[in-house]
Amino acid sequence: MSTLPENKNPVRDNAMTVVATALLAAFLWWAEGHLDGYKIRIINLIAINAILGLSLNLIYGMAGMFSLGHAGFMAIGAYVSALLILTPEQKTAMWILDPIAPWLTGIHAPFLVSLLAAGLLAALFGWLVALPVLRLGGDYLGIATLGFSEIIRILITNLTPITNGPLGLKGIPSHTSLWMSYGCLIAALACVARLMRSNFGNVIRAVRDDEIAAKTMGINTYSTRVLAFTMGCFGGGVGGALMGNLITTIDPKMFMITQTYSLLMIIVVGGLGSITGSVVGSILVTTMLEWLRFVENPVTIGSLEIPGIPGMRMVIFSVLLIAVIIFRREGIMGMSEFSWDRLFSYRNRVTRGGGAS
Amino acid sequence: MTDARAPRDNILSLSGVTLRFGGLLAVNGMTMAVPRGGIVGLIGPNGAGKTTAFNVITGFYKPTSGYVEFSHAPGESSRITGLPPHRVCEAGIARTFQNIRIFGNETALQNVMVGAYVRQRGAWWMNMFSFAFPAAAREEREIADNAVSLLERLGLEKYALAQASSLPYGAQRRLEIARALATRPSFLLLDEPAAGMNPQESADLLNFIRRLRDEFSLSILLIEHDMKVVMGVCEHIWVLDQGELIANGAPADIKANPRVIEAYLGKEAAHA
Repeated sequence: MSTLPENKNPVRDNAMTVVATALLAAFLWWAEGHLDGYKIRIINLIAINAILGLSLNLIYGMAGMFSLGHAGFMAIGAYVSALLILTPEQKTAMWILDPIAPWLTGIHAPFLVSLLAAGLLAALFGWLVALPVLRLGGDYLGIATLGFSEIIRILITNLTPITNGPLGLKGIPSHTSLWMSYGCLIAALACVARLMRSNFGNVIRAVRDDEIAAKTMGINTYSTRVLAFTMGCFGGGVGGALMGNLITTIDPKMFMITQTYSLLMIIVVGGLGSITGSVVGSILVTTMLEWLRFVENPVTIGSLEIPGIPGMRMVIFSVLLIAVIIFRREGIMGMSEFSWDRLFSYRNRVTRGGGAS
Repeated sequence: MTDARAPRDNILSLSGVTLRFGGLLAVNGMTMAVPRGGIVGLIGPNGAGKTTAFNVITGFYKPTSGYVEFSHAPGESSRITGLPPHRVCEAGIARTFQNIRIFGNETALQNVMVGAYVRQRGAWWMNMFSFAFPAAAREEREIADNAVSLLERLGLEKYALAQASSLPYGAQRRLEIARALATRPSFLLLDEPAAGMNPQESADLLNFIRRLRDEFSLSILLIEHDMKVVMGVCEHIWVLDQGELIANGAPADIKANPRVIEAYLGKEAAHA
């Protein structure tokens, strides 16, 4: 039928997707050999932040649940993965404050299994939290999830036999290569894009737009929200695990509320409710935060020497964020998505001098 | 009551439905019925409890006492009192809202597809892996095709891919109805369908409502303040005042009923 949003040129679009993926692979291959460790870490962080942003966007942007608990689910994922891949020798050597729980010493799993376990356990906790908390709405939900995230952090700090308490875990094997993080990102993008393009995706957005109308249309809005929340937590757990394996040390302080805020920043800048926006936001926010480090260095202007002010980049970054909120409230992408079709029709419009295409 | 035709075949019946909000008696001992295939009006002054009655029927409020019975097909009947709204919809009741409630950020087509979700058999995760579940993928294509043909039947096809909140007012009202029809109801509740329409539009509405009833084999209960619409389309009218049913009958009888005139215009007018 002509009115259906059909793909107008599937062969071209598939070819373009293959070409784009190949280009990304070529770039990663080049980066691995030519860039220094610092730059590779930033490129890795872009992918991990995109996964985390995407998972929070599923909860907040697409399903409309204001959640401030993502750092908590990241922490669960990071610790589960790290505890699974650390060797028994490493574990016994690391626990100084309290001896390690005996059952934990022997548990060992390959990295991919630990990644899956991280996601599943974060999802399980997310589901348990969602059951009572998603009866709340709006701001209350934000406060409740924020509380949960703090509970997780404090539990990790104090459950020394399992988590090594405030000392954290060190010497985590660095499994997060560029291929690993971008492979996970592509898998996450494919899953969420296919989900949101299906009719269930329509349902998730409908629950966000008008819960009462959605109920009247026969949708169990409560279970839909629980499901979306749980899926988002899965992504949070996987992202946390990747992060832990990239940095190779984790401790409870890594998962403070500021971690959730930077994810919020990514999706607000990129566009609440947009998959593309999560990626764009992650690229912008991650690189900007690193690039802005120069403002914290000591500056010499003529004979005037200004000592470096730690935290200055956050001030500047906040100003930039406020500018985004004022001039483009819906974020860079708004709720729209990238598609080859859109790109080509835009290019055609530009080359034809702004005429209708 | 007009009990002439026997055996009575009612699609919906309310028995002694009472709803109290603290000290306020919103609906008091409401007993009424809607015959299968009928177009029935529910009228009354502002604050009479009409929308509250709709909310009881569709499961948003649980009545303090009394019950609602719904009969999806002749010969069967079940109590829907206490069911949550989404189960009421599953049973075959759809409704529209007094203040339009469309899913504004979605396209008109997506709005209608959401309505069809309640009858979708494939599980939600199947379409993430549609290459592995051809049956689920086929069902989803059918849902989209059906949604398009629903939009065409309601004259909304040119808006199919437009964002719903950008549609003109009248089209938004029709979209709400299209979405309700996508849930495949046997009973449709319309809450002030003529609100905000000009005289020409409300005149068209009369035929539109009759067409809906015939083409989708529906029974319709509607709340309306526009008396031209109510008198023109309803076969039977119930009048609600301060939570109580004060009259019911054919449009001509209601027009002449002194209690109804009193409720709307005051005592003097009734005796004038």
